[in-house]
Amino acid sequence: MNLPAVRAIYLFEMSRTFRTLLQSVVSPVISTSLYFVVFGAAIGSRMTAIDGVDYGAFIVPGLMMLTLLTQSIANASFGIYFPQFTGTIYEILSAPISVVEIVLGYVGAAATKSFVLGLIILLTAAFFVDLRIEHPLVMALFLVLTCVTFSMFGFLIGIWADNFEKLQLVPLLIVTPLAFLGGSFYSIDMLPPLWRTVTLFNPVVYLISGFRWSFYGTSDVDIWVSLGATVGFMFVCAFAIWWIFKTGWRLKP
Amino acid sequence: MPPVISIAGLSKTYGTGFAALKNVDLEIRKGEILALLGPNGAGKTTLISIVCGLVRPSAGTVTVDGHDIISAFRATRALIGLVPQELTTDAFETVWATVKLSRGLFGKRRDDGFLEKLLKVLSLWDKKDTRMMHLSGGMKRRVMIAKALSHEPEILFLDEPTAGVDVELRQDMWALVRGLRERGVTIILTTHYIEEAEEMADRIGVINKGELILVQDKAELMASLGKKQLTLLLAEPLAAVPEALSRHKLDLTEDGLSLVYTYETHGERTGITSLLQDVNAASVRFRDLVTDNSSLEEIFVSLVTERA
Repeated sequence: MNLPAVRAIYLFEMSRTFRTLLQSVVSPVISTSLYFVVFGAAIGSRMTAIDGVDYGAFIVPGLMMLTLLTQSIANASFGIYFPQFTGTIYEILSAPISVVEIVLGYVGAAATKSFVLGLIILLTAAFFVDLRIEHPLVMALFLVLTCVTFSMFGFLIGIWADNFEKLQLVPLLIVTPLAFLGGSFYSIDMLPPLWRTVTLFNPVVYLISGFRWSFYGTSDVDIWVSLGATVGFMFVCAFAIWWIFKTGWRLKP
Repeated sequence: MPPVISIAGLSKTYGTGFAALKNVDLEIRKGEILALLGPNGAGKTTLISIVCGLVRPSAGTVTVDGHDIISAFRATRALIGLVPQELTTDAFETVWATVKLSRGLFGKRRDDGFLEKLLKVLSLWDKKDTRMMHLSGGMKRRVMIAKALSHEPEILFLDEPTAGVDVELRQDMWALVRGLRERGVTIILTTHYIEEAEEMADRIGVINKGELILVQDKAELMASLGKKQLTLLLAEPLAAVPEALSRHKLDLTEDGLSLVYTYETHGERTGITSLLQDVNAASVRFRDLVTDNSSLEEIFVSLVTERA
């Protein structure tokens, strides 16, 4: 294992976060706070409790997931896309590093940023609503799994994208709508039967449901199904990355 | 001395169907400077890229220090430093950060003292905290070299290292390359500047249309393929080459003041003696004579056009 290489990539990527603190941390925290103010404090006070949980508190897991998904993807995709765009990826590809080490460096850094961001948002939420976390270990597990899985997904997007438009395409047109329609702001039990069935095809539902269970002990789908779906998606991403490096797709002619 | 790099039957055909390399065999000796010459698109960069792991070969094998570049990529890549042709840099990073990253990528432990020394040698130390985007082209080129040397490689690939750099930097780079060679580093450079190859290389390889036309010691190449010219500077101008000298294949310059005789350096008889006797017999008076070696550039052009 080339640990110095993993460390070098990880620290290099993390230094980018500190250099762009405003964009990396402050911006998502402010936008999430706005959600809490609007949906939690302003509108939430007029909403009835869902499954015995105040609306303001109910949306916390969904909002955290929304931010984690988008930020994990953005961090990881930009991390690998930028060296491709500038051409500095030659150094990564000509270094004595395996695919596992490359992923540990890039995905590790992106997931770390998202994890820290998730904790900051959790603390921010505590200022606006009464929070309770019934299963803190499961919450931490979901947090880590989501950060890692969607950072891997972002890494894939970063390799796939050959321009900045494509880099934004999947997060904006697919991930954000799926997150919004995945029960961030409502329980899918509130939907008519047909739409509830349709919603079950949205993978983000399982993430949000499982994460919400770790907070309040209630969920739209079984916790094990949520966990299984998340782990399953992580393995799909891992396999896709392995395949890309094995075949050199988009990386080596 | 066993070769440090062995290339056998190496071919590369890109997805577009373009055959960039065709069955190339090449052995590179430890500690030598090999210059690869060839016109644009000849396959020089593809060859380097395959050895460094940036391009996948279509056929053939490459070993570095006895290790296969694919099955034992860690062992081979750790030995190699690469200065690519393009000035690809992390615009927002500092010189120090980017050089430190390079050392780490190649598995070397942090050694700030070594990096400081390296940056000082390359006249980059006072720029260490400068962001790459604020450096001039020449300075960026120096950083690229610093990155390639940051992990103390035993083999260094320089792909057009002095393209677009000023004379001072070029001289600095030549001095650096000589210093590396003295420390036993094997250097492979591609260049468009024939004078660079002539000045630096121990051996010359010529690639054209994906084929390695020849690899030879520079001195031998110059001797075996080189031509010499004897120029007689005439005391009075001539209108044409005198009939008595026609058997010597002489060229008369436009001003009629010089007779140019071209001969092979490796030939047993140069024909100079009989030429001078005939000149004397024809009463052609000359005030001086000069001889001139053909340059590597002329050899290169003749090799490439011969096979075109």
